[in-house]
Amino acid sequence: MSRQFLFDGQPVPFEDGQTILQAAHAAGHYIPHLCWHPDFPPHGSCKLCIVKVGGRHVSSCALPAKEGMEVESNTPEINGERRALLQMLFVEGNHFCPSCEKSGNCQLQALAYDLEMLTPRFNHFFPDRPVDASHRDMLLDFNRCIFCELCVRASRDVDGKNVFALTGRGIHKHLAVNAESGRLADTDFAADDLAANICPVGVILHKRVGFAVTIGKRKYDAKPIHTVALEEGE
Amino acid sequence: MDNAARDARRPKLRVATTSLAGCFGCHMSLLDIDERLFDLVELVDFDRSPLTDIKHCGPCDIGLIEGGVCNAENVHVLREFRRNCKILVAVGACSVNGGLPAQRNHLDVGACLQQVYQYREGVAGAQIPSDPELPLLLDKVRPIHEVVRVDYFVPGCPPSGDALWKFLTDLISGRTPRLSHPMLHYD
Amino acid sequence: MGRLDASQLAAQACTRNGGDATRLLQVLIDVQEKAGWLSAELISAVAAELGVPRVRVEGVAGFYSFLYTEPVGNYRVLFSDNITDRMLGAPELMDALCGKLWVERGKLSEDGLVSVDTTSCTGMCDQGPALLVNGRPLTRVDHRRVNQIAELIRRKEPLYAWPSELFRVDDNIRRRDALLGPDQRPGEALRAALTRGREDWLAQMRLSNLRGRGGAGFTTAVKWQACRDAAGADKVVVCNADEGEPGTFKDRVLLSSFADQVFEGMTLAAWAVGAQRGFLYLRGEYRYLLDHLQHVLARRRSAGLLGNAILGETGFDFDIDIHLGAGAYVCGEETALLESLEGKRGTPRIRPPFPVTHGYLGRPTVVNNVETLAKTTLIALHGGEAFAATGTAQSTGTKLLSISGDCAYPGIYEYPFGVSIEHVLEDCGASDVQAVQVGGASGMTLASYEFHRRIAFEDVPTAGAFMIFDSSRDMFEVARNFVHFFAHESCGFCTPCRVGTSLLDNYMNKLASGYGAKMDLADIEWINRLLRQSSHCGLGSSAPNAVVDALVKFRPAFERHLRNLDFEPAFDLNAALAGARTAAGRDDPGAFLDREQETTR
Ligand SMILES: Cc1cc2nc3c(=O)[nH]c(=O)nc-3n(C[C@H](O)[C@H](O)[C@H](O)COP(=O)(O)O)c2cc1C
Ligand code: SF4
Ligand code: SF4
Ligand code: SF4
Ligand code: FES
Repeated sequence: MSRQFLFDGQPVPFEDGQTILQAAHAAGHYIPHLCWHPDFPPHGSCKLCIVKVGGRHVSSCALPAKEGMEVESNTPEINGERRALLQMLFVEGNHFCPSCEKSGNCQLQALAYDLEMLTPRFNHFFPDRPVDASHRDMLLDFNRCIFCELCVRASRDVDGKNVFALTGRGIHKHLAVNAESGRLADTDFAADDLAANICPVGVILHKRVGFAVTIGKRKYDAKPIHTVALEEGE
Repeated sequence: MDNAARDARRPKLRVATTSLAGCFGCHMSLLDIDERLFDLVELVDFDRSPLTDIKHCGPCDIGLIEGGVCNAENVHVLREFRRNCKILVAVGACSVNGGLPAQRNHLDVGACLQQVYQYREGVAGAQIPSDPELPLLLDKVRPIHEVVRVDYFVPGCPPSGDALWKFLTDLISGRTPRLSHPMLHYD
Repeated sequence: MGRLDASQLAAQACTRNGGDATRLLQVLIDVQEKAGWLSAELISAVAAELGVPRVRVEGVAGFYSFLYTEPVGNYRVLFSDNITDRMLGAPELMDALCGKLWVERGKLSEDGLVSVDTTSCTGMCDQGPALLVNGRPLTRVDHRRVNQIAELIRRKEPLYAWPSELFRVDDNIRRRDALLGPDQRPGEALRAALTRGREDWLAQMRLSNLRGRGGAGFTTAVKWQACRDAAGADKVVVCNADEGEPGTFKDRVLLSSFADQVFEGMTLAAWAVGAQRGFLYLRGEYRYLLDHLQHVLARRRSAGLLGNAILGETGFDFDIDIHLGAGAYVCGEETALLESLEGKRGTPRIRPPFPVTHGYLGRPTVVNNVETLAKTTLIALHGGEAFAATGTAQSTGTKLLSISGDCAYPGIYEYPFGVSIEHVLEDCGASDVQAVQVGGASGMTLASYEFHRRIAFEDVPTAGAFMIFDSSRDMFEVARNFVHFFAHESCGFCTPCRVGTSLLDNYMNKLASGYGAKMDLADIEWINRLLRQSSHCGLGSSAPNAVVDALVKFRPAFERHLRNLDFEPAFDLNAALAGARTAAGRDDPGAFLDREQETTR
């Protein structure tokens, strides 16, 4: 008999080494997440995946499941906290969805819909983050970065290129590219790199394909992210 | 319709609307509720609004604000609404987070004015208008919740007629307004 | 600097560091000491020399406050911004110095000579206000010293020619007990432990019930045993000398005057767990102690207390390397410290796994505080039972307190655990005390009705800071200072802390400017909760402590800053019109917005 834990009162089986999030997804229970990606080890930065285990908040993407755990996830309390984390992500950057090519295909936005975020609530930082349009095929709009480091990890661990890394600290943290000029054009970045196709939000964009899909046909138009994610295994 | 009929016996709610730094798109969306507009006017009277031409907001039940706050005039109007409306609603992306106008926020407003009025080709040497009638620009375009207390938010650029209808009928009939997929969108 | 010079400098620094990419941070510190700042060329050169991606070097260079990727002056003056320094007049002194040198705070002077700014607590709270000039601590700043410093800088006097009295740092030991009292001969404790044999030594550690002095209070023997039992041969012992907690300076005194005990404690840990490598991670602010510490290490090596076959024991090989930090409080968190030791950005790791199984370069690693390690020498000398005889049941032995703030005799006090706050206050000559901040910015704010409480893990735990505030102090300002500290020091890894600490900072500034509203307090409380519950590490989860305590215990101090019971705009409306007002040259009434009351309905 496989071992199990309780997820919002439902038994969920798990295998050794599986995290709470992995096991929950496998059993058809969605846990919100942004920095976690099925093909990479957990990162643990966005904190959207927080759940409560024995009264304590933990990151479900990183914590290995244990026999008999009682996990609370889809509760008003935790969803309220998740919504507030989303609001923080919205106010720290510049997210103007109507003019963003990622709109409709964006995980941050889709999650905000799912958690019924109606307002960014907090006061906006309105940071000044110039766009890098130097590359022939790709555009970087740093205004929308949520620092999930998926591009960093993909470029380093899969593409073998190290095009990206984070620099700065705290609220001044930002994405940097691997060139003394600081320009993407001066790196060996290519449009078919995994890193060029992994950004969950609208930072790393392909030129000349913007707004290609009509409204209504985009990834999260028809179905909410909690359905899409489980269907697509992401 | 029976809901509306029942509500018709109640005194009508007074609603004011305005557009600050917005494009009237949200107002257009309100008109987009089509024939339900007739139901709506059964339930509410409009106070100050581009739909009525009343110039100042009197005591109201609901104030709908389109657009963010980009200048001193917007602040005055917004305050007038806050003072007079029991419930203040941010309608549309610009009102909720500054929207497209806020994309100027990384620019220095003084330098912008100089660029436009003084350095641009053809206007070299001209003055930045200083007419006291002209509202001064704020350094940043702000969502309205950073200037006054806001009770509800209806995002969307613009929110769909359906979303506005759902929101207003919820509110008018005393339900907690709720927007979720697919009526909730930011674009 | 030309590209050629850059490559040369980088090559030399890399050679001095064995071309080892895990020493990247040490290389950058080294290069900067020669070049003043890290130009784009230097960063490229270091990357090429170490064979690591340039962007990784840029990432590390951008993380640490004391690494500069913009040009800096020949003289860099950084005033310690801890609340105790501020209470001693640091802000006015800084303004005075800026005025004398014709510089704006945080900006490089036009001639490129000097910059003046603030930095997080430099650990000189008992002899403040303090500052760092080119990394060297300068204590007891007053107006006379400000004049003197301004003059020395204007004359371009090199630092070595400045009067050494300016740089005097005192120990200020006011109460000695088991650790600070008796003299120990180097090697004495180690010999005693070797005589006992490894098993008995660990047994003594267990008996002592020594708990970590770095803050968390984890039982040291359990940690050591876990590391010892962990699979993997290359075990590591790390001494955490990052001492970044505002108001804490006891590790500085131990490193200055009891370095032998600290290194001996590390060696005792190595003996217990079977480690061969040791690191002391020294905060950048204590860079001035480096030569002294290296000297002590050299002496111990020649005395056979470090190196191969220590004290003749075959197979007992252990040596210690000192790594410098560069201005990042989060690097005191043990997993961030390990990242930093590996030459990376100081981002805390996901736990589990814990350092005892996966630490430095994935090896089983013990991380202990300076004081914890020094204390182990007492256990080796006198046995675990004797150690456990003082203190309380759950908090054995003594604790060093770093006392500062409103009292007659600030300095280091060693007490057996269990001492009451009252007792300490009396000893240090404090009167009319309103509050005591125990454990630093991340600790507890105690109000006068709590002064009967005791310093112990089971009551008021502490890493050692003890800051005293008399009734003239504004507890709101105290909390605001701490909030600002956390916002500045957040590593930025996780959402709640990266954004939440900055939001809190903004709210506190809003209140301070006199435009707070009730709703701001509600927002502050909500953000506090998010920080506590969802942060990735202890920095974020303890960041709201001081605000939470102050809101509960000193609420009037907050309410004084409220202008409105309901709502106030998020920003200063009039200031927001200033740009356009100036550009249009207007000063008519319509060019201003009053802060009229926002009525609710
Ligand atoms: C943000 C943060 C900063 C810390 N700073 C220090 C420090 O400066 N010195 C220290 O010894 N421990 C510090 N700690 C605690 C360490 O993570 C770790 O618990 C300690 O070094 C273990 O040693 P000990 O068991 O001997 O106390 C810090 C923890 C956090 C979360
Ligand atoms: S990245 Fe996502 S949330 Fe941000 S602006 Fe684009 S669509 Fe909106
Ligand atoms: S650019 Fe995209 S993938 Fe990279 S860190 Fe930012 S949000 Fe993540
Ligand atoms: S809590 Fe703060 S310091 Fe800790 S990981 Fe998160 S951002 Fe970094
Ligand atoms: S998904 Fe777990 S922290 Fe981001």
